[in-house]
Amino acid sequence: MMLEAEALDAFYGESQALFGVGFALDGGGVRALLGANGAGKTTVLRALCGMVRTRGDIRFDGRRISGWATEEIARLGIAHVPEGRGTFQTLTVEENLQLGAIARRDRAGIAADIERVYDHFPRFRERRRQQAGTLSGGEQQMLAVGRALMLRPRLLLLDEPSFGLAPRVVEELFAILRRVNRDMAVAMLIVEQNAALALDFAEHAYLLETGRIVMDAPAAVLGANESIRRAYLGY
Amino acid sequence: MELFVHQVLAGLATGAIYALMALAVVMIYQAIGHLNFAQGEMAMVSTFIAWQVIQWGQPYWVAFTAAIVLSFLGGVAIERVLFRPLHNAPALSSLVAFIALFGILNSLAGFIWDFDIKTFPTPFGSKPLFGESLIGTHQAGMIGVTVAMLALLYLFFRGTRLGLAMRAAAANPESARLVGIRVGWMRALGWGMAAAVGAVAGMLIAPVVFLEPNMMLGVLMYGFAGAVLGGLTSPGGAVLGGFAVGVIENLVGAFIPYVGRELKLTIALLLIVAVLMVRPSGVFGRQIVTRV
Amino acid sequence: MTFPARAVTAVAVVAALPAPLLVSSFVTFQLTLVMVYGLAILGLNLLTGFNGQFSLGHGAFYGLGAYAAAVLIDRWEVPYFCTLPVAGALCFAVGFLFGMPALRLQGIYLALATFALAAAMPQILKFSPLEPLTGGVQGIVIAKPDPPLWLPLDADQWLYYFTLAVLLLMCAGAANLVRSRTGRAIMAIRDDPIAAAAMGINTALYKTLTFGVSALYTGVAGALGAIAVQFVAPDSFTFLLSISLLVGLVIGGVGSIPGSLVGGAFVLFVPNVAEAVSTGLAGAIYGAIMLLVIFVMPTGAAGFARIALARLATARHNRVKS
Repeated sequence: MMLEAEALDAFYGESQALFGVGFALDGGGVRALLGANGAGKTTVLRALCGMVRTRGDIRFDGRRISGWATEEIARLGIAHVPEGRGTFQTLTVEENLQLGAIARRDRAGIAADIERVYDHFPRFRERRRQQAGTLSGGEQQMLAVGRALMLRPRLLLLDEPSFGLAPRVVEELFAILRRVNRDMAVAMLIVEQNAALALDFAEHAYLLETGRIVMDAPAAVLGANESIRRAYLGY
Repeated sequence: MELFVHQVLAGLATGAIYALMALAVVMIYQAIGHLNFAQGEMAMVSTFIAWQVIQWGQPYWVAFTAAIVLSFLGGVAIERVLFRPLHNAPALSSLVAFIALFGILNSLAGFIWDFDIKTFPTPFGSKPLFGESLIGTHQAGMIGVTVAMLALLYLFFRGTRLGLAMRAAAANPESARLVGIRVGWMRALGWGMAAAVGAVAGMLIAPVVFLEPNMMLGVLMYGFAGAVLGGLTSPGGAVLGGFAVGVIENLVGAFIPYVGRELKLTIALLLIVAVLMVRPSGVFGRQIVTRV
Repeated sequence: MTFPARAVTAVAVVAALPAPLLVSSFVTFQLTLVMVYGLAILGLNLLTGFNGQFSLGHGAFYGLGAYAAAVLIDRWEVPYFCTLPVAGALCFAVGFLFGMPALRLQGIYLALATFALAAAMPQILKFSPLEPLTGGVQGIVIAKPDPPLWLPLDADQWLYYFTLAVLLLMCAGAANLVRSRTGRAIMAIRDDPIAAAAMGINTALYKTLTFGVSALYTGVAGALGAIAVQFVAPDSFTFLLSISLLVGLVIGGVGSIPGSLVGGAFVLFVPNVAEAVSTGLAGAIYGAIMLLVIFVMPTGAAGFARIALARLATARHNRVKS
């Protein structure tokens, strides 16, 4: 198992947001976190990156990373595309991509990877010197994913990647994500409000409710269970 | 006419110092979002260190380099020891920390080196440049060094990976962490560089205003004036603002009667207020647009 | 106020009453100044602590109030207690007028503008054309007020009680203001100006009013200070005074009325303590103490007290539970 969480509690100040959360993910696997607003999905991703106070165990490649600083976790090869995208608005498109690789040392590899990102997202090639803040919401989302890929991550955390995107753009994005998962064996943990989309993309899913995991099953099983679908997933 | 040109050039020379101070102030502002009220005192202590090294018999360039290196390390240390713990404290608490730092440095300098005025050498000599009496060699040196430093810093920030990482850490610390940038160390680096810039400023102005613990107070005020005039979000604007303040100060002093040294400072300060009334974020500053 | 805060305040007031009768004249004078500075800091607190507008220039209002009192007493022989309302009204007007352009400035820019004005203050006071009024560089000396004949107090003691009465009155006023709808509006503007405006609060009006009231408080403090010290001069009101007020504000606790007095005590006594330890390094020691206090209590004395009381309450609660 590449990533494991066990008995994970998370806190915002004094209030507890996650209660005894546990899950696992192996290399190259794709899993989804589902649930209503406020269930704690984003908190799970933030906990994995050391952005909130936690109690319990998080292990990556068998090594305990709970309590680590966010930047050290990123350097292990965990890339997080956060809620709100987190693009560097005042910097250019190309600078945003370069920043994805800032912790790497292989110049040639970085240059090649930038080209590969431009292949995935051709629109960026002509906008490379444009300020990232002037891009549309969808383009910024693509840029955030591109930046994450520049890390050459082994694990990609995506927080609501479809949020605010037009359906066609969502299709494009997920096609790219599928390719990346397949060709580069990048594992993915994806938080999505669009449950149908997530269950189609992932092989296994977790259902969160007020900070606890209430269902832990393969995506097909979750998707087939009609009462679960109606109660939690809205369709 | 010749007087006017002479005053403008002299104004550019002192403006060069204000520009360096303004730059140091803006660099720290961009790194931590606070104004470093102790920047002048840090520069003053750096200059004293250089003076001390010269007193110990070393040549000027050894003293110059030593002061810069020690100032850099000092700036890093101050950030790590003093301001890192205060990172999550309210803004006003940081302000008090700056005030405390100011008092400590000023008092220590007076204690170690006393308050008598000392002379500080200039590597440029004090003859008129090109034989004309428009501008002296030291003044030309001040402008030259300032421009050179600005060029170096620009190249560093725009052209190197470390510079990019520092800009990212200042612009969006959380996202910077997510790509593996050690934001804390970037801040410390920013402090170190600002301290080094301040050291250069101090060593350049000391031959003009003479070295004593209170020498930088007025200079810092002018530096703030320049930074605000140019806009706290724009290093280039801050530098231009510094030059502008120097020229205005000199012209006002030369051509408006009854204006003594202290009144010049008042006018500089009132200039800040006037600019802020018209353009609240400075001439080149970015208007902060908040999305509701 | 919560019960512990009320109890502490009551105890403090009761303890303050007999003080001048028990200590020397000089200490009484110092205690009077603590109250004066506390009141000045309270004024700053109203603007910065409760309304979120940074001012690094409140020394200017203090000086304005001080000079108003001095000029009235010296030139026009106004009785000292009448100078307080005049100083207050004058400072309110100036503060209100300053508050209007201040609306355009955010955060650090406002801080710098106020700092610039405060730093310019001594020069304005020394300005030659104004000398007949202000006494120029030499300033104005005023006589110490005499206590009423029917009270067996000396001048210093009387001044202490007079200041205490004014302080209590104005603290009560401030507490009332903070608790009222106006106070809530003022604090709402601090916490989220856009939301406040969206709720229908006239932010421009409240911000300028707060500036005025804040200046009023600090101006009255300045007048009291002038009466106590019996002397005003331009160099008494440099930017160092504004900085002291700010330090007192933070150390005492931003947004806390009793904290303002703790701050006043800090900026009066601690520099003297530092000087006593070592004259040469007085500034460094003062700075070091400031840093120590900030590190241990980042939210000031009032914040520290709040946290300590909360911890005590939780501990009691936990003991009761188990």
